[in-house]
Amino acid sequence: MIARLRIAAAIALGVTAVAIGGAFAQSSTVDEIAKYREALQDGNPAELWEARGEEMWTTPRGPKRVSFATCDLGLGPGVVKGAYAALPRYFADAKSVMDLETRLVWCMVNQQGISEGDATKIKFGDGSARRSDLEALAAYVTSQSRGVEMKVPVNEPHVRDMYRLGEQMFFYRGGTHDFSCATCHGEDGKRIRLQDLPNLTKTEGAQKAYTTWPAYRVSQGELRTFQWRLNDCFRQQRFPDLVFGSEASIALTTYLAGRANGAPYNGPAIKR
Amino acid sequence: MRMTRIVGAATAALLCGAVAGGLHGCATSPSDAETAARAATALKASFNARGQAGLDRLDQDETQKVCSEYANRPLPASVAEKIQQVNLATIRYPADGTLVGDWKNGEKIAQSGQGFQFSDDPKVLAGANCYACHQLTPQELSFGTIGPSLYRFGKVRGFTDETRKYAWGKVYNADAFAACSNMPRFGHSRILTEQQIRDVVALLVDPASPVNQ
Repeated sequence: MIARLRIAAAIALGVTAVAIGGAFAQSSTVDEIAKYREALQDGNPAELWEARGEEMWTTPRGPKRVSFATCDLGLGPGVVKGAYAALPRYFADAKSVMDLETRLVWCMVNQQGISEGDATKIKFGDGSARRSDLEALAAYVTSQSRGVEMKVPVNEPHVRDMYRLGEQMFFYRGGTHDFSCATCHGEDGKRIRLQDLPNLTKTEGAQKAYTTWPAYRVSQGELRTFQWRLNDCFRQQRFPDLVFGSEASIALTTYLAGRANGAPYNGPAIKR
Repeated sequence: MRMTRIVGAATAALLCGAVAGGLHGCATSPSDAETAARAATALKASFNARGQAGLDRLDQDETQKVCSEYANRPLPASVAEKIQQVNLATIRYPADGTLVGDWKNGEKIAQSGQGFQFSDDPKVLAGANCYACHQLTPQELSFGTIGPSLYRFGKVRGFTDETRKYAWGKVYNADAFAACSNMPRFGHSRILTEQQIRDVVALLVDPASPVNQ
């Protein structure tokens, strides 16, 4: 694993040099980036997060010394295989539609006796010492849906309602710059600088994007979840701070996950 | 639940008819309007103010509201025209009449994406991040494609007063020329200062600018 990481780092430096040099034609820069992405697929440090999450999943935790064996992600207590491919979904015990991260927090609070403050204290890691349990758990759970077809229950009334809410939010313009999600993700074949932008209003674009989160972000040395992805998109949209597990975060996740239905889930992936 | 929905929908339809003459448009079905209103409320409850980004960033002006409403379907010509009129009226030209500044500084502004994010230092002057979406100078290979290429902007249009005035207006408020543009309204929304707009305009229209080589 360490050797693989070193290789990835060396490739990353090489690509940076190409990009900064600027002596190459743009097409060759794009080719180099494509090669870099391909090389990255070979060894994905997300495995480290998956392993840490798996250990956490089976270990008794919190004041009640309860493991996640009682945590129902929708397919029954403790069942992780294929669970992520059918999230978000409506949970009758919580009377709400939940994504993976909010469900994990719910299990920690309601079954393990951990306070909500403690459960969500570190939502996102910083790429070094400050590590997030939620990111590790999400990496493990999602890895157990690899290859499983996305089947978000969008015809269930609560989920359908959330999906429609998310769709409206996707097109909501605001802030100093008039940006909505659709500003960058509403057309085919667009780029921001050299970064390709998926068209999330099309099935193919939504499938390709959604099924590759969570992902290990090479530039940040961190495993990033979909909650993080949304939060950081809104930061760049010049919006305020999207609250972890908020209704907007669930609605948008439901919309995008629902649009990814029919494609095999393929995460955690590795990205630039 | 079903009853509430229908009553809500009827109210939305009435509102829709009452304001149809104004800038505010109408969703295709009343239930869409109802969902849109719920989405706006839910969004406001889903963010925390952070750094320079307050919750007022979620308050839409009429242009943002109408453009959101029509984002996923064709914008009727009459609505588009109204949006352009309203935004055209916001454009302020410099009191001293100088529209063109220093293209070298304009290039720096075009390269910088700093500004207005909750993680940005509010004391640092914002950039325009033109390259995120546009090709400009042939030297910069890392450009986006959300907007059209602006390479040879001045050369193609001619180095005239008309071109300079158009460039100023477009940077100041893009919705005045293309309703519901993806481009921020840099002057109207106070993203750039008057001098910064001059410098960006210079990058586009100065015959010496690398954009026009």
